[in-house]
Amino acid sequence: MMDLIWIILYAVILLGALLGAVTYAILFERKVIGYMQVRPGPNRHGPWGLLQTIADVMKLLMKEDIIPTAADKKVFILAPVIAFVPSFAIFATIAWSENIYGADLNIGVLYFIGISSITTLGVLMGGWSSNNKYSLLGAIRGVAQVISYEIPLVLSIIGVVILVGSLNFRDIVFYQQEIGMWLIIPQFLAFIVYMISAIAELNRSPFDLPEAESELVSGYHTEFSGFRFAFFMLAEYVYAIAISALATTLFLGGWLGPAFLPGIVWFLLKMCLFMFFWFWLRATLPRARVDHLMGFGWKVLIPLALLNIVITAIIKVWMG
Amino acid sequence: MELGVYFTNYIYVIVFMLLGVALPVGALTFGRLLRPNNPYDRKLSTYESGIEPEGDAQVRFHVAYYIVALEFVIFDVETVFLYPWAMALGELGWVGLNGGLIFIAILGLGLAYSWKKKVLEWN
Repeated sequence: MMDLIWIILYAVILLGALLGAVTYAILFERKVIGYMQVRPGPNRHGPWGLLQTIADVMKLLMKEDIIPTAADKKVFILAPVIAFVPSFAIFATIAWSENIYGADLNIGVLYFIGISSITTLGVLMGGWSSNNKYSLLGAIRGVAQVISYEIPLVLSIIGVVILVGSLNFRDIVFYQQEIGMWLIIPQFLAFIVYMISAIAELNRSPFDLPEAESELVSGYHTEFSGFRFAFFMLAEYVYAIAISALATTLFLGGWLGPAFLPGIVWFLLKMCLFMFFWFWLRATLPRARVDHLMGFGWKVLIPLALLNIVITAIIKVWMG
Repeated sequence: MELGVYFTNYIYVIVFMLLGVALPVGALTFGRLLRPNNPYDRKLSTYESGIEPEGDAQVRFHVAYYIVALEFVIFDVETVFLYPWAMALGELGWVGLNGGLIFIAILGLGLAYSWKKKVLEWN
């Protein structure tokens, strides 16, 4: 019983921390892009625009909830929930530091990948149930893109699994401690494949075709208003944070770092690095074309990921 | 791992999922107290940039999406098979390596075939 209370407390604290993190990740993104384009970014609400996102959330909360008559009502209501739940549930298994972790699953990585792909279902349900041509186009584009890039993403992780011989998040970090080197060095190819497919998985610029506002209004969530829309956005950012946490664990040694800062601070700093990288790309690169995008995933990333598996497996067996 | 500890870990998973459902349901129910409610026909019509919506949007998909989905299923099953292999490779040694490489080679052939058949073209 005591255990259960601790678990619920851990989950609630993590949820609160995540909501805060998303609030400031959005501000961080807008500020970073603002400064890169030589403009100040949001700076009206609170000092340095610190309350901007809170004001936005309040606005969304007060907006009228519109469900179009043509929409498939049940699926329409269910879609944002289906999109949000998996993106939050994957945080159960992430190990923040040596002593701070939730579920210590021995299939951690598999759980992460399996649950996170359910988010796609929410996108498809949202697009299909809206009964709007823009939504449908955005949704099927999004699903085709996400499932195409899921394969290189999952294949690139196999290289790490071969070296470590475990799917447990903590074991992966302990292994990196043992060999005294972050896995980004022996698994550099996998890291590159992972980073590119992660951007496509997250529908982030330059691969944000499902939400290409110049072509599709705003893609699969065109018909969603108020807090239903907010949950799609929340799911997107929470998933982005999760993917950067996974990247930190797999390639950047998780909580490992010089001892003058506690492990969890290193973990969060490394995650911020990934988030910044994505914002930087968004300010730098134009949107890719859909045929280029699909071709690149199947013809470049998947062969590269397979090549990485073959090389890693041979080295692993060679070294014994 | 002890059985009790093993199950405790999955209680985390269940709690996280329940909380994940509770947040959107709670926020949307609570929001009902704050938000206005004034629906009328024009507002509830489908948004198509101001033009009268024409016909139904739940139409048939282009066949290219269907083919990508098929390809995805094949390669996704492949990765499911590769994970236990990757886990155990340290103990399997050369025999396991050979088996895995033959498996990957056959899949590589499949990818090359669909490439040749122009399944991966998007025009």
